[in-house]
Amino acid sequence: MNFDLYGFGPALAAGMLMTLQLALSALCLGLILGLLGALAKTSPNRALQCLGGTYSTLVRGIPELLWVLLIYFGTVSSMRALGQLFDIPNLSLSAFAAGVSALGLCFGAYATEVFRGAMLSIPKGHREAGLALGMSRSRIFFKLVMPQMWRIALPGLGNLFMILMKDTALVSVIGLEEVMRHAQIAVTSTKQPFTFYMVAALMYLCMTALSMVGLAWLEKRASVGFVRSAS
Amino acid sequence: MSWEFVLKWLPKLLHGATVTLELVAVAVIAGLILAIPLGIARASRNAYVRALPYAYIFFFRGTPLLVQLFLVYYGLAQFEVITKGPMWPYLRDPFFCAALTMTLHTTAYIAEILRGAIQAVPPGEIEAARALGMSKGKALLYIILPRAARIGLPAYSNEVILMLKASALASTVTLLDITGMARTINARTYMPEQTFLIAGLIYLVMSFVLVQGFKLLERYLRVDASQGR
Amino acid sequence: MQTLRNILLAAAATLAMVSSAFADETLKMGIEGAYPPFNNKDASGQVVGFDVEIGNALCAKMKVTCEVVTSDWDGIIPALNAQKFDFLISSLSITEERKQAVDFTNPYYSNKLQFIAPKSTNLTGDAAAIKQALNGKTIGAQRATLSGTWLEDNWGDDVTLKLYDSQENAFLDLASGRLDALLGDKYASYEWLKSKEGQNYEFKGEPLQGDDKIGIAVRKGDPLRDKLNEALKEIIADGTYKKINDKYFPFSIL
Repeated sequence: MNFDLYGFGPALAAGMLMTLQLALSALCLGLILGLLGALAKTSPNRALQCLGGTYSTLVRGIPELLWVLLIYFGTVSSMRALGQLFDIPNLSLSAFAAGVSALGLCFGAYATEVFRGAMLSIPKGHREAGLALGMSRSRIFFKLVMPQMWRIALPGLGNLFMILMKDTALVSVIGLEEVMRHAQIAVTSTKQPFTFYMVAALMYLCMTALSMVGLAWLEKRASVGFVRSAS
Repeated sequence: MSWEFVLKWLPKLLHGATVTLELVAVAVIAGLILAIPLGIARASRNAYVRALPYAYIFFFRGTPLLVQLFLVYYGLAQFEVITKGPMWPYLRDPFFCAALTMTLHTTAYIAEILRGAIQAVPPGEIEAARALGMSKGKALLYIILPRAARIGLPAYSNEVILMLKASALASTVTLLDITGMARTINARTYMPEQTFLIAGLIYLVMSFVLVQGFKLLERYLRVDASQGR
Repeated sequence: MQTLRNILLAAAATLAMVSSAFADETLKMGIEGAYPPFNNKDASGQVVGFDVEIGNALCAKMKVTCEVVTSDWDGIIPALNAQKFDFLISSLSITEERKQAVDFTNPYYSNKLQFIAPKSTNLTGDAAAIKQALNGKTIGAQRATLSGTWLEDNWGDDVTLKLYDSQENAFLDLASGRLDALLGDKYASYEWLKSKEGQNYEFKGEPLQGDDKIGIAVRKGDPLRDKLNEALKEIIADGTYKKINDKYFPFSIL
């Protein structure tokens, strides 16, 4: 096994930067969509419940790879129509934009379930106490429910973020130059698949390790006073 | 969307669906079996017992399935010792490579779900079991695991659906599952919207069936009642 | 604090999306970048190869600046139609099926399909003879290429056909023994056979599809086609084409 990178080191590093950009942008979009979806699913309004449920089931039911392909290729005509509306010629989604949209959409659908599970596990008594004290619905949500919800949702969200970071590899399929695409380009020149895919794997491990450290710190902060059992 | 397009290509896509189902079934069942000892070991108090499962889980959760697949399929085949070795008849077959990689991948995730679920079992119940005189093994089998199964079921169902979608990656190593078939059809007809939409619908139907199945299972096992307090 | 960070990141993301969605003024040249020696990427990320050099020569003749845009092979024609680039110069064969989606210029080189297999395999003769010898075996080709389509149409049921995302992955599987034979473009295979991995392999049998022509693709009805044809005629006439040809192959590929 030869660990000579044949000069492709800087290219792979550039790919790592692109991966991080992609992951963070998709995370933002996904968190917002997830919160909205969970609120919709737990609201007493039947129409909203339906909407949230449809979003979650529909998006979770189709592979991320297929979403990436659909959003990149399938939005061409609609984007062009939109561009004509605002007088922007040749409006189309770049590979980055398509990747962020697809990954954010998918993250949001799963985050909906995580947030919903967390919201449901907060005892009803807390909400009733808030109502008894005369708090408005949104205050109850932001001051009582959300702080507790984060602690419960954090492991699930952390899992989802790490999945998101790995899913960025899928965007290599539409030509975006992140780590995986650079590795494939290197293999074409050097014919050493094991070396380069192993290096790519190690890069992802690095990014994962860093996020796990960050996540553990967040979990610790959020879990003060919470009893955990161990067998 | 023309009906003749659908009628022409649907049989091929459905054939791809059988490949997908086989892959997913192998991965989630073998993965669950392998994950039980791994998850229990990972939840142990002993640091040495925790270490090896932790390293395994760290590698397989920390790297994308796509990279793992390419490593197993293309990377291993680079070495003479593999291509001339006893495992070659198996590693030569893309289905085996994909199923193997997916199993190893999902085992890591299920083990973590199990660990989280075991640690979320209310300590009061475990203390009660020990107070009643149950041994550690009996407590594990009769109290902890059933409770952990109910706590971890939503996450496990999430994981099964994830595996269904992950199977789409098998198309990158020449397997003709739904996505592989769709990409081949797209390459002939240059109609990505229609092709991928139909493929997406097939996945949707499959995952809908799975979600409903798990909902029924959750209701049967009374998972909602065991959440919160 | 959390919310603020989220808002800032969301704003940054939106900015990135919008700014990258606007079109540019220079002509964009679409290339796969994974098909040596015609188009390939080197360590510094530059796209190099026969296709690139011809493309640059044509742009010089047309007196425009050209920018290379890479794309994966499967999506390269849709990307052209989605205006991600203005013309496609990536060893695309001119076929009737493709003509329904795009317009082609005059050919800029000719191609043949030929099988490659291990030196120890005995495969001679024309397509029918080879088919008999390879009955039930595994043959590979790149998806969405002439080779892939030809194998699907003619031999679909008699052999196990494996289609790959990129030519390189097909070569890797041939070298490891997963494929019994591979059908590909003669000149791309010629390049691979020169490499260390290709030492034990050789061309087998006679070439197929002797009249395959490679052209530059443009969107349907695009006047760019005539400009490219003019420039192509000029570089062939004034010897630029021959200079580039000789750099890659000891024979003419026009």
